[in-house]
Amino acid sequence: MGKIGLFGIVRAIFKRELLSYFNSPVAYVFIVIFLLLNGFFTFYISNFFEVGQADLRSFFQWHPWIYLFLVPAVAMRLWAEERRLGTLELILTLPVTVAEAILGKFLAAWVFIGVALFLTFPMVLTVLYLGQPDIGPIIMGYLGSFLMAGAFLSVGLMTSALTRSQVVSFILSVVICLFLVLAGFAPVTNVLSGWAPVWLVDLVSATSFLTHFLSMQRGVLDLRDLLYYISVITFMLSVNGVVLQGRRTS
Amino acid sequence: MIEAKHLSKLFGVKTAVDDISFAVEKGEILGFLGPNGAGKSTTMRMLTGYLPPSRGTAVIGGCDLLEDPIGARQMIGYLPENAPVYPDMNVFDFLDFVAEVRGFGARERKRRVAETIEKCFLGKVTHQTVSTLSKGFKQRVCFAQSILHDPQYLILDEPTDGLDPNQKHEVRLMIRDMSTHKAIILSTHILEEVESVCTRAIIIDDGRVIADDSPENLKASSPDHGAISLTIKAAAPEAPLAAIQASEGVKSAVFLKSENGILHFRAFPERGDRPIADKLVARLSEQKYAITSLFVEKGRLDEVFRRITGH
Repeated sequence: MGKIGLFGIVRAIFKRELLSYFNSPVAYVFIVIFLLLNGFFTFYISNFFEVGQADLRSFFQWHPWIYLFLVPAVAMRLWAEERRLGTLELILTLPVTVAEAILGKFLAAWVFIGVALFLTFPMVLTVLYLGQPDIGPIIMGYLGSFLMAGAFLSVGLMTSALTRSQVVSFILSVVICLFLVLAGFAPVTNVLSGWAPVWLVDLVSATSFLTHFLSMQRGVLDLRDLLYYISVITFMLSVNGVVLQGRRTS
Repeated sequence: MIEAKHLSKLFGVKTAVDDISFAVEKGEILGFLGPNGAGKSTTMRMLTGYLPPSRGTAVIGGCDLLEDPIGARQMIGYLPENAPVYPDMNVFDFLDFVAEVRGFGARERKRRVAETIEKCFLGKVTHQTVSTLSKGFKQRVCFAQSILHDPQYLILDEPTDGLDPNQKHEVRLMIRDMSTHKAIILSTHILEEVESVCTRAIIIDDGRVIADDSPENLKASSPDHGAISLTIKAAAPEAPLAAIQASEGVKSAVFLKSENGILHFRAFPERGDRPIADKLVARLSEQKYAITSLFVEKGRLDEVFRRITGH
Protein backbone atom coordinates (compact mmCIF):
# COMPACT_ATOMS: atom_id res chain seq x y z
CA MET A 1 0.00 0.00 0.00
CA GLY A 2 1.25 3.47 -0.80
CA LYS A 3 1.36 6.13 1.84
CA ILE A 4 -0.39 9.43 1.49
CA GLY A 5 0.21 10.95 4.87
CA LEU A 6 -1.93 11.43 7.92
CA PHE A 7 -4.66 13.51 6.33
CA GLY A 8 -4.65 11.83 2.93
CA ILE A 9 -7.89 9.99 3.59
CA VAL A 10 -9.58 13.02 5.11
CA ARG A 11 -8.51 14.99 2.06
CA ALA A 12 -9.83 12.37 -0.34
CA ILE A 13 -13.22 12.31 1.37
CA PHE A 14 -13.24 16.10 1.65
CA LYS A 15 -12.58 16.46 -2.06
CA ARG A 16 -15.26 13.99 -3.04
CA GLU A 17 -17.85 15.61 -0.80
CA LEU A 18 -17.10 19.13 -1.94
CA LEU A 19 -17.28 18.13 -5.59
CA SER A 20 -20.57 16.37 -5.02
CA TYR A 21 -22.02 19.65 -3.63
CA PHE A 22 -21.19 21.54 -6.74
CA ASN A 23 -22.40 18.70 -8.96
CA SER A 24 -25.87 18.94 -7.49
CA PRO A 25 -28.42 21.74 -7.72
CA VAL A 26 -28.73 21.81 -3.93
CA ALA A 27 -25.54 23.85 -3.70
CA TYR A 28 -26.73 26.58 -6.02
CA VAL A 29 -30.19 26.70 -4.47
CA PHE A 30 -28.61 27.04 -1.06
CA ILE A 31 -26.25 29.82 -2.09
CA VAL A 32 -28.96 31.80 -3.89
CA ILE A 33 -31.40 31.52 -1.00
CA PHE A 34 -28.71 32.37 1.52
CA LEU A 35 -27.77 35.52 -0.37
CA LEU A 36 -31.39 36.52 -0.99
CA LEU A 37 -32.34 36.11 2.65
CA ASN A 38 -29.30 38.07 3.77
CA GLY A 39 -30.17 40.88 1.41
CA PHE A 40 -33.83 40.87 2.32
CA PHE A 41 -33.29 40.95 6.09
CA THR A 42 -30.49 43.48 5.97
CA PHE A 43 -32.10 45.97 3.63
CA TYR A 44 -35.84 45.56 4.20
CA ILE A 45 -36.19 44.44 7.80
CA SER A 46 -33.20 46.16 9.37
CA ASN A 47 -33.44 49.15 7.02
CA PHE A 48 -29.69 49.20 6.42
CA PHE A 49 -29.73 52.47 4.48
CA GLU A 50 -32.01 54.42 6.84
CA VAL A 51 -30.00 53.55 9.94
CA GLY A 52 -27.14 55.54 8.51
CA GLN A 53 -24.34 53.58 10.10
CA ALA A 54 -21.41 52.26 8.14
CA ASP A 55 -21.15 48.91 9.86
CA LEU A 56 -22.43 45.42 9.25
CA ARG A 57 -24.24 44.82 12.53
CA SER A 58 -27.62 44.83 10.82
CA PHE A 59 -26.22 42.24 8.40
CA PHE A 60 -24.66 39.85 10.92
CA GLN A 61 -27.55 40.01 13.37
CA TRP A 62 -29.66 37.84 11.08
CA HIS A 63 -27.10 35.10 10.53
CA PRO A 64 -28.10 32.87 13.46
CA TRP A 65 -31.69 32.84 12.24
CA ILE A 66 -30.78 32.19 8.64
CA TYR A 67 -28.38 29.40 9.62
CA LEU A 68 -31.01 27.92 11.87
CA PHE A 69 -32.93 26.68 8.85
CA LEU A 70 -30.41 26.60 6.05
CA VAL A 71 -27.54 24.74 7.71
CA PRO A 72 -29.66 21.78 8.85
CA ALA A 73 -30.96 21.65 5.28
CA VAL A 74 -27.39 21.30 4.03
CA ALA A 75 -26.44 18.81 6.72
CA MET A 76 -29.50 16.58 6.72
CA ARG A 77 -28.45 14.51 3.73
CA LEU A 78 -24.83 13.98 4.75
CA TRP A 79 -25.20 10.62 6.54
CA ALA A 80 -28.87 9.89 5.93
CA GLU A 81 -28.29 9.79 2.19
CA GLU A 82 -25.28 7.47 2.52
CA ARG A 83 -27.34 5.18 4.67
CA ARG A 84 -30.20 5.18 2.16
CA LEU A 85 -27.94 4.50 -0.82
CA GLY A 86 -25.94 1.85 1.01
CA THR A 87 -22.70 3.73 0.35
CA LEU A 88 -22.22 4.00 4.10
CA GLU A 89 -21.34 0.31 4.04
CA LEU A 90 -18.93 0.96 1.21
CA ILE A 91 -17.11 3.82 2.89
CA LEU A 92 -16.95 2.21 6.33
CA THR A 93 -15.50 -1.02 4.97
CA LEU A 94 -12.70 0.83 3.21
CA PRO A 95 -9.62 1.29 5.39
CA VAL A 96 -11.09 4.49 6.83
CA THR A 97 -11.65 5.31 10.48
CA VAL A 98 -14.98 6.77 11.53
CA ALA A 99 -13.15 9.92 12.64
CA GLU A 100 -11.60 10.41 9.21
CA ALA A 101 -14.95 9.95 7.49
CA ILE A 102 -16.67 12.43 9.81
CA LEU A 103 -13.90 14.99 9.54
CA GLY A 104 -13.80 14.81 5.74
CA LYS A 105 -17.53 15.28 5.48
CA PHE A 106 -17.68 18.03 8.08
CA LEU A 107 -14.86 20.07 6.57
CA ALA A 108 -16.32 19.82 3.09
CA ALA A 109 -19.73 21.06 4.22
CA TRP A 110 -18.11 23.79 6.31
CA VAL A 111 -16.03 25.04 3.41
CA PHE A 112 -19.14 24.98 1.26
CA ILE A 113 -21.01 27.21 3.72
CA GLY A 114 -17.86 29.32 3.89
CA VAL A 115 -18.07 29.86 0.13
CA ALA A 116 -21.68 31.01 0.49
CA LEU A 117 -20.63 33.35 3.29
CA PHE A 118 -17.75 34.68 1.22
CA LEU A 119 -20.16 35.56 -1.57
CA THR A 120 -21.73 38.17 0.70
CA PHE A 121 -18.63 40.31 0.12
CA PRO A 122 -20.61 43.00 -1.78
CA MET A 123 -21.99 43.94 1.65
CA VAL A 124 -18.48 44.82 2.75
CA LEU A 125 -17.85 46.74 -0.44
CA THR A 126 -21.09 48.65 0.13
CA VAL A 127 -20.17 49.85 3.61
CA LEU A 128 -16.65 50.66 2.45
CA TYR A 129 -18.14 52.76 -0.31
CA LEU A 130 -20.65 54.47 1.96
CA GLY A 131 -18.35 55.39 4.81
CA GLN A 132 -15.30 54.56 6.86
CA PRO A 133 -16.35 51.50 8.81
CA ASP A 134 -14.27 49.97 11.57
CA ILE A 135 -12.69 46.99 9.80
CA GLY A 136 -12.05 44.98 13.00
CA PRO A 137 -15.68 44.18 13.83
CA ILE A 138 -16.32 43.24 10.21
CA ILE A 139 -13.51 40.69 10.13
CA MET A 140 -14.48 39.35 13.53
CA GLY A 141 -18.11 39.27 12.45
CA TYR A 142 -17.24 37.08 9.52
CA LEU A 143 -15.01 34.85 11.63
CA GLY A 144 -17.74 34.54 14.26
CA SER A 145 -20.36 33.82 11.63
CA PHE A 146 -18.18 31.12 10.08
CA LEU A 147 -17.49 29.48 13.45
CA MET A 148 -21.16 29.62 14.33
CA ALA A 149 -22.03 28.00 11.00
CA GLY A 150 -19.59 25.22 11.90
CA ALA A 151 -21.36 24.71 15.21
CA PHE A 152 -24.76 24.55 13.50
CA LEU A 153 -23.31 22.15 10.98
CA SER A 154 -21.86 19.82 13.60
CA VAL A 155 -25.33 19.51 15.15
CA GLY A 156 -26.90 18.81 11.75
CA LEU A 157 -24.25 16.25 10.85
CA MET A 158 -24.86 14.43 14.12
CA THR A 159 -28.64 14.27 13.69
CA SER A 160 -28.13 13.10 10.13
CA ALA A 161 -26.32 10.04 11.44
CA LEU A 162 -29.23 9.26 13.73
CA THR A 163 -31.73 8.44 11.04
CA ARG A 164 -32.20 7.31 7.51
CA SER A 165 -34.90 9.94 6.99
CA GLN A 166 -33.68 13.37 5.97
CA VAL A 167 -36.86 15.03 7.23
CA VAL A 168 -36.43 13.62 10.73
CA SER A 169 -32.80 14.68 10.69
CA PHE A 170 -33.76 18.21 9.65
CA ILE A 171 -36.40 18.65 12.33
CA LEU A 172 -34.20 17.25 15.10
CA SER A 173 -31.37 19.48 14.06
CA VAL A 174 -33.54 22.61 13.92
CA VAL A 175 -34.95 21.91 17.37
CA ILE A 176 -31.51 21.42 18.94
CA CYS A 177 -30.13 24.49 17.19
CA LEU A 178 -33.18 26.55 18.13
CA PHE A 179 -32.57 25.70 21.75
CA LEU A 180 -28.91 26.67 21.46
CA VAL A 181 -29.86 29.99 19.86
CA LEU A 182 -32.75 30.87 22.14
CA ALA A 183 -30.75 30.28 25.30
CA GLY A 184 -29.04 33.59 24.59
CA PHE A 185 -31.92 35.43 22.93
CA ALA A 186 -32.76 38.60 24.87
CA PRO A 187 -36.53 37.95 25.33
CA VAL A 188 -35.71 34.52 26.77
CA THR A 189 -32.94 35.67 29.08
CA ASN A 190 -35.21 38.50 30.28
CA VAL A 191 -37.89 36.03 31.31
CA LEU A 192 -35.26 33.96 33.09
CA SER A 193 -33.65 36.85 34.92
CA GLY A 194 -37.06 37.70 36.41
CA TRP A 195 -36.80 34.84 38.88
CA ALA A 196 -33.54 32.90 38.38
CA PRO A 197 -30.27 33.84 40.09
CA VAL A 198 -27.78 35.75 37.97
CA TRP A 199 -25.32 32.85 37.76
CA LEU A 200 -27.99 30.61 36.29
CA VAL A 201 -28.98 33.19 33.70
CA ASP A 202 -25.34 33.62 32.77
CA LEU A 203 -24.84 29.90 32.60
CA VAL A 204 -27.81 29.39 30.30
CA SER A 205 -26.87 32.25 28.02
CA ALA A 206 -23.26 31.07 27.96
CA THR A 207 -24.41 27.87 26.23
CA SER A 208 -25.91 29.85 23.41
CA PHE A 209 -24.51 30.39 19.94
CA LEU A 210 -25.98 33.88 20.06
CA THR A 211 -24.11 35.13 23.12
CA HIS A 212 -20.73 34.19 21.71
CA PHE A 213 -21.56 35.47 18.27
CA LEU A 214 -22.61 38.86 19.62
CA SER A 215 -19.49 39.18 21.67
CA MET A 216 -17.31 38.49 18.64
CA GLN A 217 -19.10 41.12 16.59
CA ARG A 218 -17.76 43.80 18.90
CA GLY A 219 -14.45 43.23 17.20
CA VAL A 220 -12.47 41.56 19.93
CA LEU A 221 -11.27 38.01 19.63
CA ASP A 222 -12.04 36.52 23.01
CA LEU A 223 -10.40 33.15 23.49
CA ARG A 224 -13.49 31.96 25.35
CA ASP A 225 -15.70 32.47 22.31
CA LEU A 226 -13.27 30.63 20.10
CA LEU A 227 -13.01 27.85 22.64
CA TYR A 228 -16.78 27.68 22.93
CA TYR A 229 -17.34 27.02 19.24
CA ILE A 230 -14.48 24.57 19.00
CA SER A 231 -15.86 22.68 22.00
CA VAL A 232 -19.37 22.53 20.54
CA ILE A 233 -18.02 21.27 17.23
CA THR A 234 -15.71 18.71 18.85
CA PHE A 235 -18.46 17.50 21.14
CA MET A 236 -21.03 17.12 18.36
CA LEU A 237 -18.57 15.36 16.05
CA SER A 238 -17.66 12.96 18.85
CA VAL A 239 -21.32 12.17 19.46
CA ASN A 240 -21.57 11.67 15.72
CA GLY A 241 -18.78 9.10 15.93
CA VAL A 242 -20.51 7.23 18.73
CA VAL A 243 -23.83 7.26 16.88
CA LEU A 244 -22.20 5.98 13.71
CA GLN A 245 -20.32 3.20 15.48
CA GLY A 246 -23.44 2.10 17.29
CA ARG A 247 -25.93 2.32 14.49
CA ARG A 248 -24.29 0.25 11.80
CA THR A 249 -27.25 -2.00 11.66
CA SER A 250 -29.03 -2.65 8.41
CA MET B 1 -6.55 -16.99 5.32
CA ILE B 2 -9.96 -15.74 6.34
CA GLU B 3 -10.98 -17.21 9.61
CA ALA B 4 -14.36 -16.73 11.26
CA LYS B 5 -14.24 -17.61 14.93
CA HIS B 6 -17.57 -18.18 16.64
CA LEU B 7 -19.16 -15.17 14.97
CA SER B 8 -22.54 -14.26 16.39
CA LYS B 9 -24.80 -11.31 15.82
CA LEU B 10 -27.90 -10.36 17.72
CA PHE B 11 -30.32 -7.70 16.57
CA GLY B 12 -32.30 -6.99 19.71
CA VAL B 13 -33.62 -10.38 20.74
CA LYS B 14 -33.31 -11.88 17.28
CA THR B 15 -30.21 -13.96 16.64
CA ALA B 16 -29.23 -13.29 13.04
CA VAL B 17 -25.97 -15.23 13.11
CA ASP B 18 -25.37 -17.93 15.67
CA ASP B 19 -21.82 -19.09 16.35
CA ILE B 20 -20.44 -19.47 12.85
CA SER B 21 -16.87 -20.70 12.42
CA PHE B 22 -14.98 -21.57 9.26
CA ALA B 23 -11.71 -20.88 7.50
CA VAL B 24 -10.98 -20.13 3.86
CA GLU B 25 -7.50 -20.66 2.42
CA LYS B 26 -5.98 -18.99 -0.59
CA GLY B 27 -6.98 -20.74 -3.79
CA GLU B 28 -10.41 -21.55 -2.41
CA ILE B 29 -13.67 -20.06 -3.57
CA LEU B 30 -16.22 -20.49 -0.84
CA GLY B 31 -19.87 -20.23 -1.76
CA PHE B 32 -22.28 -19.02 0.88
CA LEU B 33 -25.69 -20.52 0.35
CA GLY B 34 -28.85 -20.09 2.27
CA PRO B 35 -32.44 -18.93 2.08
CA ASN B 36 -33.12 -15.19 2.26
CA GLY B 37 -32.63 -13.89 5.77
CA ALA B 38 -30.45 -16.84 6.76
CA GLY B 39 -27.60 -14.57 7.85
CA LYS B 40 -25.37 -14.58 4.78
CA SER B 41 -25.11 -10.81 4.43
CA THR B 42 -24.82 -10.28 8.16
CA THR B 43 -21.91 -12.71 8.30
CA MET B 44 -20.20 -10.94 5.41
CA ARG B 45 -20.77 -7.57 7.03
CA MET B 46 -19.06 -8.84 10.15
CA LEU B 47 -16.14 -10.25 8.15
CA THR B 48 -15.58 -6.87 6.51
CA GLY B 49 -15.85 -4.94 9.76
CA TYR B 50 -19.04 -3.09 8.91
CA LEU B 51 -21.05 -4.74 11.67
CA PRO B 52 -19.35 -5.32 14.98
CA PRO B 53 -19.98 -8.95 16.02
CA SER B 54 -21.94 -9.52 19.23
CA ARG B 55 -19.64 -12.42 20.03
CA GLY B 56 -16.59 -13.95 18.41
CA THR B 57 -14.22 -12.37 15.91
CA ALA B 58 -12.66 -12.88 12.52
CA VAL B 59 -8.99 -12.98 11.58
CA ILE B 60 -8.09 -11.79 8.10
CA GLY B 61 -4.58 -12.67 6.98
CA GLY B 62 -3.34 -12.61 10.57
CA CYS B 63 -5.10 -9.32 11.44
CA ASP B 64 -7.78 -9.64 14.09
CA LEU B 65 -10.75 -7.61 12.95
CA LEU B 66 -11.44 -6.28 16.41
CA GLU B 67 -7.86 -5.33 17.22
CA ASP B 68 -6.66 -3.99 13.88
CA PRO B 69 -9.73 -3.23 11.78
CA ILE B 70 -7.89 -0.90 9.39
CA GLY B 71 -5.10 -3.40 8.75
CA ALA B 72 -7.65 -6.12 8.06
CA ARG B 73 -9.72 -3.92 5.75
CA GLN B 74 -6.64 -3.02 3.73
CA MET B 75 -6.34 -6.65 2.69
CA ILE B 76 -10.02 -7.12 1.87
CA GLY B 77 -11.93 -6.24 -1.24
CA TYR B 78 -15.64 -6.08 -0.55
CA LEU B 79 -18.63 -5.94 -2.83
CA PRO B 80 -21.63 -5.12 -0.62
CA GLU B 81 -25.12 -6.34 -1.39
CA ASN B 82 -26.89 -4.29 -4.10
CA ALA B 83 -23.51 -2.86 -5.18
CA PRO B 84 -23.75 0.66 -3.72
CA VAL B 85 -21.91 3.36 -5.70
CA TYR B 86 -22.15 7.15 -5.31
CA PRO B 87 -24.71 8.00 -8.00
CA ASP B 88 -23.50 11.54 -8.67
CA MET B 89 -19.93 10.53 -9.59
CA ASN B 90 -18.64 9.28 -12.89
CA VAL B 91 -17.00 5.89 -13.08
CA PHE B 92 -13.45 7.17 -13.34
CA ASP B 93 -13.78 9.64 -10.46
CA PHE B 94 -15.37 7.01 -8.27
CA LEU B 95 -12.61 4.48 -8.80
CA ASP B 96 -10.02 7.22 -8.41
CA PHE B 97 -11.60 8.20 -5.10
CA VAL B 98 -11.49 4.63 -3.83
CA ALA B 99 -7.86 4.33 -4.93
CA GLU B 100 -7.01 7.54 -3.12
CA VAL B 101 -8.69 6.40 0.08
CA ARG B 102 -6.81 3.13 -0.26
CA GLY B 103 -3.64 5.15 -0.10
CA PHE B 104 -2.22 5.01 -3.61
CA GLY B 105 -0.16 7.94 -4.87
CA ALA B 106 -1.23 9.89 -7.96
CA ARG B 107 0.69 7.89 -10.58
CA GLU B 108 -0.05 4.49 -9.09
CA ARG B 109 -3.69 5.50 -8.82
CA LYS B 110 -3.93 6.33 -12.47
CA ARG B 111 -2.36 3.06 -13.49
CA ARG B 112 -4.57 0.95 -11.25
CA VAL B 113 -7.79 2.70 -12.20
CA ALA B 114 -7.01 2.30 -15.91
CA GLU B 115 -6.08 -1.34 -15.39
CA THR B 116 -9.24 -2.10 -13.43
CA ILE B 117 -11.47 -0.30 -15.92
CA GLU B 118 -10.05 -2.53 -18.62
CA LYS B 119 -10.32 -5.68 -16.55
CA CYS B 120 -13.98 -5.06 -15.78
CA PHE B 121 -14.92 -3.95 -19.29
CA LEU B 122 -15.89 -0.44 -18.20
CA GLY B 123 -14.05 1.36 -21.01
CA LYS B 124 -17.23 2.47 -22.71
CA VAL B 125 -18.68 4.15 -19.62
CA THR B 126 -15.52 5.57 -18.04
CA HIS B 127 -16.82 9.14 -18.02
CA GLN B 128 -20.47 8.38 -17.55
CA THR B 129 -22.29 9.32 -14.35
CA VAL B 130 -23.12 6.28 -12.26
CA SER B 131 -26.81 7.19 -11.92
CA THR B 132 -27.20 6.84 -15.71
CA LEU B 133 -25.73 3.33 -15.79
CA SER B 134 -27.70 0.11 -16.07
CA LYS B 135 -27.82 -2.29 -13.16
CA GLY B 136 -25.24 -4.57 -14.78
CA PHE B 137 -22.73 -1.76 -15.21
CA LYS B 138 -23.32 -0.49 -11.68
CA GLN B 139 -22.64 -3.96 -10.37
CA ARG B 140 -19.41 -4.09 -12.36
CA VAL B 141 -18.33 -0.64 -11.15
CA CYS B 142 -18.73 -1.76 -7.57
CA PHE B 143 -16.98 -5.01 -8.37
CA ALA B 144 -14.14 -3.00 -9.93
CA GLN B 145 -13.88 -1.05 -6.69
CA SER B 146 -13.41 -4.28 -4.75
CA ILE B 147 -10.51 -5.59 -6.86
CA LEU B 148 -8.82 -2.24 -7.46
CA HIS B 149 -6.08 -2.85 -4.89
CA ASP B 150 -5.62 -6.49 -5.94
CA PRO B 151 -6.64 -7.72 -2.50
CA GLN B 152 -5.64 -11.10 -1.14
CA TYR B 153 -9.11 -11.59 0.27
CA LEU B 154 -12.26 -10.97 -1.66
CA ILE B 155 -15.73 -10.94 -0.15
CA LEU B 156 -18.55 -10.67 -2.64
CA ASP B 157 -22.18 -10.39 -1.60
CA GLU B 158 -24.28 -11.65 -4.52
CA PRO B 159 -21.81 -10.61 -7.23
CA THR B 160 -24.01 -11.68 -10.14
CA ASP B 161 -27.32 -10.41 -8.80
CA GLY B 162 -29.27 -8.60 -11.50
CA LEU B 163 -26.89 -9.40 -14.35
CA ASP B 164 -27.91 -10.96 -17.64
CA PRO B 165 -26.59 -14.45 -18.49
CA ASN B 166 -23.63 -13.11 -20.49
CA GLN B 167 -22.58 -10.75 -17.75
CA LYS B 168 -23.00 -13.49 -15.16
CA HIS B 169 -20.69 -15.67 -17.20
CA GLU B 170 -18.08 -12.90 -17.47
CA VAL B 171 -18.13 -12.18 -13.75
CA ARG B 172 -17.79 -15.89 -12.96
CA LEU B 173 -14.84 -16.20 -15.30
CA MET B 174 -13.18 -13.22 -13.62
CA ILE B 175 -13.74 -14.68 -10.18
CA ARG B 176 -12.32 -18.03 -11.25
CA ASP B 177 -9.30 -16.39 -12.87
CA MET B 178 -8.46 -14.53 -9.69
CA SER B 179 -8.90 -17.47 -7.38
CA THR B 180 -5.42 -18.93 -7.72
CA HIS B 181 -3.81 -16.38 -5.44
CA LYS B 182 -6.80 -15.18 -3.45
CA ALA B 183 -9.21 -16.47 -0.87
CA ILE B 184 -12.69 -15.65 -2.09
CA ILE B 185 -16.03 -15.80 -0.35
CA LEU B 186 -19.16 -15.19 -2.35
CA SER B 187 -22.78 -15.42 -1.39
CA THR B 188 -25.45 -16.36 -3.85
CA HIS B 189 -28.78 -18.04 -4.09
CA ILE B 190 -28.07 -19.28 -7.60
CA LEU B 191 -27.10 -22.90 -7.13
CA GLU B 192 -25.61 -23.39 -10.56
CA GLU B 193 -23.20 -20.61 -9.69
CA VAL B 194 -21.90 -22.58 -6.76
CA GLU B 195 -21.47 -25.62 -8.97
CA SER B 196 -19.63 -23.74 -11.69
CA VAL B 197 -17.45 -21.45 -9.56
CA CYS B 198 -17.00 -22.61 -5.99
CA THR B 199 -14.57 -25.16 -4.66
CA ARG B 200 -16.48 -25.35 -1.42
CA ALA B 201 -19.96 -24.50 -0.25
CA ILE B 202 -21.35 -23.57 3.13
CA ILE B 203 -25.08 -23.72 3.60
CA ILE B 204 -26.45 -21.41 6.26
CA ASP B 205 -29.91 -21.56 7.68
CA ASP B 206 -31.26 -19.61 10.63
CA GLY B 207 -27.82 -18.19 11.33
CA ARG B 208 -26.10 -21.57 11.60
CA VAL B 209 -23.79 -23.54 9.34
CA ILE B 210 -25.70 -26.69 8.44
CA ALA B 211 -23.43 -28.01 5.69
CA ASP B 212 -19.81 -27.36 4.75
CA ASP B 213 -18.43 -29.42 1.89
CA SER B 214 -17.45 -29.39 -1.77
CA PRO B 215 -20.37 -28.99 -4.21
CA GLU B 216 -19.70 -32.53 -5.50
CA ASN B 217 -19.95 -34.10 -2.08
CA LEU B 218 -23.07 -32.10 -1.29
CA LYS B 219 -24.65 -33.32 -4.48
CA ALA B 220 -23.68 -36.87 -3.60
CA SER B 221 -25.90 -36.65 -0.57
CA SER B 222 -28.88 -36.09 -2.81
CA PRO B 223 -31.25 -39.07 -3.05
CA ASP B 224 -30.96 -38.84 -6.81
CA HIS B 225 -27.20 -39.35 -6.73
CA GLY B 226 -26.26 -42.37 -8.84
CA ALA B 227 -29.80 -42.84 -10.07
CA ILE B 228 -30.30 -43.59 -13.74
CA SER B 229 -32.79 -41.76 -15.88
CA LEU B 230 -33.61 -43.51 -19.10
CA THR B 231 -36.13 -43.35 -21.87
CA ILE B 232 -37.45 -46.34 -23.75
CA LYS B 233 -39.57 -46.59 -26.81
CA ALA B 234 -42.38 -48.93 -25.85
CA ALA B 235 -46.14 -49.17 -25.87
CA ALA B 236 -46.91 -49.71 -22.18
CA PRO B 237 -44.80 -48.96 -19.09
CA GLU B 238 -45.54 -52.10 -17.06
CA ALA B 239 -43.28 -54.60 -18.85
CA PRO B 240 -40.12 -52.42 -19.13
CA LEU B 241 -40.58 -51.25 -15.54
CA ALA B 242 -40.62 -54.84 -14.36
CA ALA B 243 -37.47 -55.52 -16.40
CA ILE B 244 -35.70 -52.55 -14.84
CA GLN B 245 -36.72 -53.51 -11.34
CA ALA B 246 -35.49 -57.02 -11.91
CA SER B 247 -32.05 -55.83 -13.02
CA GLU B 248 -29.15 -56.58 -10.70
CA GLY B 249 -28.32 -53.84 -8.16
CA VAL B 250 -31.50 -51.87 -8.69
CA LYS B 251 -33.28 -51.05 -5.47
CA SER B 252 -36.34 -49.50 -6.96
CA ALA B 253 -37.56 -47.95 -10.17
CA VAL B 254 -40.31 -45.53 -11.06
CA PHE B 255 -42.17 -44.68 -14.20
CA LEU B 256 -42.11 -40.90 -14.58
CA LYS B 257 -44.06 -40.00 -17.68
CA SER B 258 -44.88 -40.84 -21.25
CA GLU B 259 -44.14 -38.41 -24.05
CA ASN B 260 -44.92 -39.12 -27.74
CA GLY B 261 -44.58 -42.83 -27.22
CA ILE B 262 -41.30 -42.41 -25.33
CA LEU B 263 -41.44 -43.63 -21.73
CA HIS B 264 -39.35 -42.03 -19.01
CA PHE B 265 -38.07 -44.12 -16.09
CA ARG B 266 -35.76 -43.61 -13.19
CA ALA B 267 -33.90 -46.42 -11.47
CA PHE B 268 -32.30 -46.07 -8.03
CA PRO B 269 -29.29 -48.20 -7.13
CA GLU B 270 -29.00 -50.25 -3.97
CA ARG B 271 -25.70 -48.54 -3.24
CA GLY B 272 -24.67 -45.15 -4.57
CA ASP B 273 -21.05 -46.21 -5.17
CA ARG B 274 -21.92 -49.25 -7.32
CA PRO B 275 -22.73 -48.45 -10.96
CA ILE B 276 -25.76 -50.21 -12.36
CA ALA B 277 -25.91 -48.77 -15.83
CA ASP B 278 -24.07 -51.58 -17.63
CA LYS B 279 -26.21 -54.38 -16.21
CA LEU B 280 -29.37 -52.39 -16.80
CA VAL B 281 -28.48 -51.80 -20.44
CA ALA B 282 -27.55 -55.46 -20.91
CA ARG B 283 -30.83 -56.64 -19.47
CA LEU B 284 -32.98 -54.22 -21.46
CA SER B 285 -31.28 -54.95 -24.78
CA GLU B 286 -31.58 -58.66 -24.05
CA GLN B 287 -35.33 -58.12 -23.92
CA LYS B 288 -35.17 -56.02 -27.10
CA TYR B 289 -36.19 -52.71 -25.62
CA ALA B 290 -35.03 -49.67 -27.59
CA ILE B 291 -33.23 -47.35 -25.19
CA THR B 292 -33.39 -43.84 -26.64
CA SER B 293 -31.42 -42.11 -23.89
CA LEU B 294 -29.69 -42.88 -20.64
CA PHE B 295 -28.30 -40.53 -18.04
CA VAL B 296 -26.57 -41.11 -14.72
CA GLU B 297 -27.80 -38.51 -12.23
CA LYS B 298 -25.11 -36.73 -10.19
CA GLY B 299 -27.63 -35.41 -7.72
CA ARG B 300 -28.98 -31.92 -7.73
CA LEU B 301 -27.75 -29.19 -5.46
CA ASP B 302 -31.11 -27.50 -5.27
CA GLU B 303 -32.64 -30.70 -3.99
CA VAL B 304 -29.97 -31.01 -1.32
CA PHE B 305 -30.48 -27.37 -0.50
CA ARG B 306 -34.23 -27.74 -0.15
CA ARG B 307 -33.93 -30.91 1.85
CA ILE B 308 -31.48 -29.61 4.44
CA THR B 309 -32.92 -26.15 4.77
CA GLY B 310 -36.33 -27.72 5.23
CA HIS B 311 -38.26 -25.74 2.66
